[in-house]
Amino acid sequence: MLDNSPRFTALPAAPGVGYKPQHFSDVMNDATPVEWLEIHAENYMGDGGRPIAQLRHLSEKFAISVHGVGLSIGGEGALDADHLVRLKTLCDWLRPASFSEHLAWSTHDSHYLNDLLPLPYTKATLSRVADHIDQVQEVVGRQMLLENPSSYLAFDESTYAETEFLDEVAKRTGCGLLLDVNNVFVSATNLQIDPYAYIDAFPVARVGEIHLGGHDEETDDHGAPLLIDSHGREVADPVWTLLDHTLERAGPRPILIEWDTDVPEWAALAEEAERAATALQKVPA
Amino acid sequence: MSVSQTAFHSALLDASQDVPGGLSDGLGQPAGSRFAVYRNNVAVSLTEALEQSFPAIAKLLGPDNFKGLAGIFLRKHPPDTPIMMHYGAAFPDFLAGFEGLSHIGYLPDVAQLEQALRTSYHAADADPIAADALQAVDPDRLGELRFDLAPALRLVRSPWPIHQIWAYNLEPGAPKPTGGAQNVLILRPEFDPQMTPVSDGCAAFITALQRRTTLAEANDLAVAEGGDFDLSHGLGLLLSGQAITRITFGDAP
Repeated sequence: MLDNSPRFTALPAAPGVGYKPQHFSDVMNDATPVEWLEIHAENYMGDGGRPIAQLRHLSEKFAISVHGVGLSIGGEGALDADHLVRLKTLCDWLRPASFSEHLAWSTHDSHYLNDLLPLPYTKATLSRVADHIDQVQEVVGRQMLLENPSSYLAFDESTYAETEFLDEVAKRTGCGLLLDVNNVFVSATNLQIDPYAYIDAFPVARVGEIHLGGHDEETDDHGAPLLIDSHGREVADPVWTLLDHTLERAGPRPILIEWDTDVPEWAALAEEAERAATALQKVPA
Repeated sequence: MSVSQTAFHSALLDASQDVPGGLSDGLGQPAGSRFAVYRNNVAVSLTEALEQSFPAIAKLLGPDNFKGLAGIFLRKHPPDTPIMMHYGAAFPDFLAGFEGLSHIGYLPDVAQLEQALRTSYHAADADPIAADALQAVDPDRLGELRFDLAPALRLVRSPWPIHQIWAYNLEPGAPKPTGGAQNVLILRPEFDPQMTPVSDGCAAFITALQRRTTLAEANDLAVAEGGDFDLSHGLGLLLSGQAITRITFGDAP
């Protein structure tokens, strides 16, 4: 009988970071204050070699969050059955503490676009996304967390606020939510809504994980601010402030630092994680 | 109005198309350049994925040419899987068929070498036979042996000095290529693929073993292709590269 019990049953309400192979020795040596790691599922779907060997070592020491970026849950077409099986295979051997994916689409007619593309928040989208999440949870055999996107534009046809949409999806499917506070700040700035009102409307009881990452600042055709979710620098100060507000509402949660482009030395990541640890210390358990 | 993913997808990959209607900035003004963020994300992320997988080609072409070429490739051959470590398998053939590059004849073969390195890196792990396993075989029956080779083994044969070109572009201090054909054997004794240029005879030997001929047949084919083939050298390469994973007699499956 396959031992399918998780080694770490849940992510701790502590700082984690997005794992990068160049940090392997640092992480194995002394990851303080980082207590858990997140990996992008698709980077560990090769047949063997160093990536999988490293992951085996890491998973003996750390709770691991498997974060998928390629499932295209919001796609108009059917989910890629082969890809679902790959996710299941990864979760079966790795036994991660958490599994999450995005409220977005990325595949069309079997073309994968390697970006998280936006969805209109309508009844039709809602029932499609809910069906897809049911299917994911059925095949992978565990609850998933669904992450709020960063948005650069809005669909005129949308009839739900994003928070309502996520709440409804979670209620229908029983999935949890991954609250990316930087995405909230980016989307709220870009679409000119109040990020604090967004957090206040968010169903925080369902939040299993928080994401933080850096963004770049640009402007649109009208000179309005346009923030780009680049994951290539430190988390911006107003996002840390928004995190404090989020934690006041939600209580302590696992907090991930994402830094995916221009990846720095380990020390810079550890410093960001330290700041997340400080934010968590301010919150009563 | 509603925006289908077909319309969104089509406009994403073709910047000459108008931004689909029904997309706005949150205040009801047309999305305009905001749509370009998605266009840019797609093109940049796929170009970066190619550049990571084909660093020697990127170096040979220079950043602007590579970016331009990647832009054409990614529209003609968008990924058909979300696993980006597999993206670009069609790139060497694309380079071979690209008219504007026909004067750089070695480019497709260097790309082939980089593709082989990458697939070797991600290939399945396999336990090698013991270093002395061949010594335990009855010498009279050695020729009847057939080998299973490691999944990470790759062989790239080229009329160009592809290993020299690769090294000259990526390894500081590597000498300038001197010309001549090169066969490159890639083995992965642990996690890092190792390249070794090998003779025509040795390349024929390995190709034969991959087809599961007997050791004697592989040796004959190797000698026929390159008179100076040395069997013990060929076997030594495979053994030290942990590339033999099983030995069997006859036609055993």
